[in-house]
Amino acid sequence: MSGVLAPVIEPGFFTSAPVHLALLIGGVVAVVSGVVGMFTVMRGQSYAGHALADLSVTGGSGSVLIGISPLWGFAGVSVAAAGIMDLIGVQRPRGRDLATGIVRGAGLGLAALLLYWDTTHTSATGTTITILFGSMFTIDASVIPVVIAFSLAAVIIVIALYRPLLLSSVSSDLAVVRGVRPRAAGTACLIAIALATSLSALTIGAILSTALLVGPAAAALRLTSRPGLVLAWSALIGLAATWLGILLAYDSYYWPPAGHGWPVSFFVVVLILVFYLLAQARPGSGRRPAPAEGQPGCSPDS
Amino acid sequence: MINTWIVATIVAVVAGAVGFFVVLRGSAFVADALPTGAFAGAAGASLIGVNTLLGLGVFSLLGALGIGWLGRRGRHDVAVALALVAMLGVGALFLSFTVEYGPEIDSLLFGEVLGISVNEIAPVAVLGAVCVLAILVLFRPLILSSVMPELGEARGVRAHWIETCFLVVLALATSMALPVVGALLIFSLMIGPPAAARSVTSRPLIAMGLAMLLAVVTVWVAIAVSYQTNWPIGFFVGTIGAACYAAGRGWTALRSRRLRRSQASALPPATPTASAVA
Repeated sequence: MSGVLAPVIEPGFFTSAPVHLALLIGGVVAVVSGVVGMFTVMRGQSYAGHALADLSVTGGSGSVLIGISPLWGFAGVSVAAAGIMDLIGVQRPRGRDLATGIVRGAGLGLAALLLYWDTTHTSATGTTITILFGSMFTIDASVIPVVIAFSLAAVIIVIALYRPLLLSSVSSDLAVVRGVRPRAAGTACLIAIALATSLSALTIGAILSTALLVGPAAAALRLTSRPGLVLAWSALIGLAATWLGILLAYDSYYWPPAGHGWPVSFFVVVLILVFYLLAQARPGSGRRPAPAEGQPGCSPDS
Repeated sequence: MINTWIVATIVAVVAGAVGFFVVLRGSAFVADALPTGAFAGAAGASLIGVNTLLGLGVFSLLGALGIGWLGRRGRHDVAVALALVAMLGVGALFLSFTVEYGPEIDSLLFGEVLGISVNEIAPVAVLGAVCVLAILVLFRPLILSSVMPELGEARGVRAHWIETCFLVVLALATSMALPVVGALLIFSLMIGPPAAARSVTSRPLIAMGLAMLLAVVTVWVAIAVSYQTNWPIGFFVGTIGAACYAAGRGWTALRSRRLRRSQASALPPATPTASAVA
């Protein structure tokens, strides 16, 4: 068996401790992102997801400065930013992108200052790259409990609010009639997105975590329109992209230029993109007209 | 230092003009994604040793066309997000191949005040002129298709064609502004001042002029303070941009309260630019 797979899987892949850890954490994060991502895409909040991911850069650079695990910074700042966005009205479809963008701009300005302090006060070189583009193979094992706790929190929010969120994503009027408070559901959803992006910021990097959040879910929504199946496909595509990405990155140590691995994040993003294009190229899809921009809720198969 | 002032002023004027339409069309996500993604082009250019501006231009144009292509066949925000992460993924690859990183990357991401030489003024000025000219030529169709797409179609304005043109102009503006303000913060310059300008006046030309003015003031203040404190210019651009937006929101709130108090509620709260075009 191992002889057959040898050309595909380089020796040592299944015995290396960093790889085990990367597979474990990457897998958990991919599943959580896929699940939360479905609501992100259905509610048209890709931009909010992207902004929250970018804002976790601020948290990451701040946590380097005060010397705690970046994950706390990622999560703390992006949950706080979700609160601010909610406060200044990203729930309204009109002007929503503008409000999101302003929060993101101010947060990244702060990130610039914090990173500047990181490099001048702590002489930590390469901090920017690690925070922005992730470092799957250098994750510290001590973060596992925190990752699990945040993942559970995000998944519990989504499960608890599954029906109200689904209803208000598809038709907000109907949801109000059925007693759903769209504002509260939206806030909870934003917090779940913030948790999911801060988790994937740890694995594939802050500005690439949009990929795990949006890509698999968008591909899954192309494949089927049944919400339960979308969730399963989304989690599966995210998981496949992450694990294959880790495998390819491990193999790439022997690719040109030799002696230097290609980044995991690159492979994960490319694989997600390939999955999306494959899902789109499937016969019968892609003929529907694009929904109007800024439309708050669209049917799951649009 | 004088080079910085000249280049930054050109950048601010162009950002104000283009930003006015970014705000009007509600395409904040695109305006955010193009610069962030184009950053990968700069990384690639430094890897193979060509001019940074060339790498930026190629990547932001590719990004604009990619967004147009993906956006035609699916949800618009998903298309933008995917085009963005595709470019950034390639950027991560380029960065991992570059041996020396650190200060250069930081300055590409967050802006660099003193890194501008005399040779860089000419290309920025040419690109800036092209952008402003394109905006002026496209002014009427752009406004029409932003405010009333149906009326635009009826008057023979092809919304899709206009969108592509606008994305290309945005890509050009991005590649000239990126080395000065940084990839992650061009967007603040494009959004903050025009948003404030739009809440003050409803006439498109005046709003656009005001947006340019505010953008220039933002950049000048940011450069001056950044020079004094030695802190990154991006911090000040981001903060002042947000302050502009907050001021605009405050102004709108104040005005609508005064309107309500003077019993002028008979007037419908029409979208400002719609009335200006009609």
